[in-house]
Amino acid sequence: MDIQRDVMSYDYAVVGAGPAGLAFAIRLKQLNPEKTVCILEKGSQVGAHILSGCVMEPAALDALLPDWRKTPPEICVPAVKDEFVFLTKTDRFKLPTPPQMHNRGNFIISLGSLCAWLGTQAEALGIDVFPGFSAAAPLIEGGKVIGVRCGDMGMNKDGTPGPNFAAGADIHASVTVLAEGCRGSVSKKLITEFRLDADCSPQTYGIGLKELWRVPAGRVKPGFIQHSLGWPLDSKTYGGSFLYHLDQDRVYVGFVAGLDYEDPEFKPFEAFQQFKNHPSVKALLEGGEILSAGARTIIEGGIQSLPKLEMPGALLIGDAAGTLNVPKIKGVHMAIRCGILAAEHVAESGVAEGFDARWRTSDSAKELRKVRNIRPGFHWGLWLGFINAAVETVSFGLLPWTLKNHADWSSLKKKGQTESHTDYIERTLPPRDRLASVYFAATAHDEHQPVHLKVSDTNICATKCAEEFNNPCTHFCPANVYEMVDDGANKKRLQINAANCVHCKACDIKDPYEIITWTTPEGGSGPNYQNL
Amino acid sequence: MKILVGIKRVVDFNVRIQVKKDGSGVELGGVKLAINPFDEIALEEALRIREKGGQAEVIAVSIGPSDVQQQLRTALAMGADRAVLVETADAVQPLMAARILLEMAKRENADLVILGKQAIDDDCNQTGQMLAALWDRPQATFASAVELKDKTLKVTREVDAGLEVIEVDLPAVLTTDLRLNTPRFVKMPDIMKAKSKPLATVKLAELNVAAAPALEAVSYAAPVPRKGGHKVADVQALIKELHDRGVLS
Repeated sequence: MDIQRDVMSYDYAVVGAGPAGLAFAIRLKQLNPEKTVCILEKGSQVGAHILSGCVMEPAALDALLPDWRKTPPEICVPAVKDEFVFLTKTDRFKLPTPPQMHNRGNFIISLGSLCAWLGTQAEALGIDVFPGFSAAAPLIEGGKVIGVRCGDMGMNKDGTPGPNFAAGADIHASVTVLAEGCRGSVSKKLITEFRLDADCSPQTYGIGLKELWRVPAGRVKPGFIQHSLGWPLDSKTYGGSFLYHLDQDRVYVGFVAGLDYEDPEFKPFEAFQQFKNHPSVKALLEGGEILSAGARTIIEGGIQSLPKLEMPGALLIGDAAGTLNVPKIKGVHMAIRCGILAAEHVAESGVAEGFDARWRTSDSAKELRKVRNIRPGFHWGLWLGFINAAVETVSFGLLPWTLKNHADWSSLKKKGQTESHTDYIERTLPPRDRLASVYFAATAHDEHQPVHLKVSDTNICATKCAEEFNNPCTHFCPANVYEMVDDGANKKRLQINAANCVHCKACDIKDPYEIITWTTPEGGSGPNYQNL
Repeated sequence: MKILVGIKRVVDFNVRIQVKKDGSGVELGGVKLAINPFDEIALEEALRIREKGGQAEVIAVSIGPSDVQQQLRTALAMGADRAVLVETADAVQPLMAARILLEMAKRENADLVILGKQAIDDDCNQTGQMLAALWDRPQATFASAVELKDKTLKVTREVDAGLEVIEVDLPAVLTTDLRLNTPRFVKMPDIMKAKSKPLATVKLAELNVAAAPALEAVSYAAPVPRKGGHKVADVQALIKELHDRGVLS
């Protein structure tokens, strides 16, 4: 099929209007106003696909836009008090707050709102921001990335052009900056193509689920931050909850589970809902209403899983590479710093080469190196992980070893080989199930388009996978995209409800046979998060 | 030929509407705003008339605060030749919109005004009809197919009994139904081109329109949530329950 495509040329093209990509574009324009920069964003507007905790360390944003506090984004509440607790099914025990988790001077924000605000700042600087346009594939010529191809619009289900077909444009740039966030689909292709991960451990991930609630008046203490470990997870599964009190009787409640869990029937969504129904949390939420909800995977690999940040013609920045600081549970300041550093590098040199070395001697690298062994230590379980974390913390990460990571898809044990440790309670708070939850993500995909979740071999779903793992995709997906349904001949077949997808990417990461590939649907499809 | 297309900015259809706590309206903070989908269909139809060789100029007109320019830029990127924003901070009600559009139709000497049949925020479905009455020109509402022959418009309307075909002489008002067309996707180079297309701003005060609101919104409330159902043990229990509730007699 011969398709005519528009070609647009920029000095620098950024994929993804998140904190890293926006910081890169803004810093670059500050340094070099005559250069042309565009940002592609697959969400229907900037911020629509952004979901994060989020308590932000403000120093990086202060450096980028010193006046940001004068016009704060929609949700921005100064942190007041931290509590770190251990939960059992019925009780709550206060623990000493680890030093990395003190939040004095930080802000509880909606990262989506912050990005929307940064987007308007970027446009004011003359950056072309294109929400509703996805980068579907890299353009590589002569061993060099020369840009990206935008996704086609208006295709029929079978992949042929429909009556309103519009071919995606080719964006050419002297440097392409991948800022897609965790498990970016173009970044993934480039990491493989240029073997950027040849010298590092496999990347590891968690899945985060989050809801914004409005609760009855008088319960919220603005700026109060609680993190928890323990129930409803067993001690072998890494993860915990967050509870951030906002203003106007609003509260963020969320849960993160490490995707290196072993039980193929583990449901992160259920663990989150269980946590919400813990007596100490239920007392806060009961009688309130959900305003919005969503899910997104999160980087957990640390510096030992960080791929090379450069290749000919392109850079990986922020969580497209994986700069998040796990023990701090913060990635925004790292992403913004990474974007700033990349802009400074490109503004000086005009090329991608040299950025990796520059980042690895930066303060960000030091910050990650210091905490590199904390998260992998939890591979031994909660208690040994705790002891290891304490040792690593008091030694400032100076111990001479670096713990390795393992790919999350390989950590699943076969059905029946793990004892299930779920000790759940009856829950009463909404949403009752994943479909009810997806409603609060306001996710939308035109049903005429091809299914954007590519499963390369669906024959094993009802046979091998069902026998070995009991179809973990039907359990881990927070949006109920994957279902095993009756095929009408007394057998089961995989049904992909692609329209429900909230673009979290867990399936691309956790499927044990590595046969699910998340690709970009039509631009503008996906969740429409509000204030997440 | 000049075609005027009304563009109203509304809360995007994908957004989950939240009513303000005090019932004075709906939450707009951090909410995506977009062109009313029926207006997109109206613009698409105007573009198709132009592309069929109608020698038409397509003018997108909106009423609202200055940042509605963003939606007008989208209309220009879709293909409108130029745009006019009638600037006002007040909420726009149908009668006021009709009066403003009448002024614009006269100013521009429009041959055809295409509007969405209704806006998805207030669901009024009045502006087109009011405009036709004020203008004293024919109206063709709920159009699902349109054919232009010289100065006559043959319009298929979706009515309760099925489809009705009428002919109206231009100048006229046309309002669009959902099945008239599927609006095109905006292309990136067209977004860039739209940045340099003419977008004029007119202050509402300059138009000499009686702008006092004719309606007063008393309160807003979310629909009462549906009560959950429950399972019954067997058919007998179901029949008994239906009897008890007076559904069966």
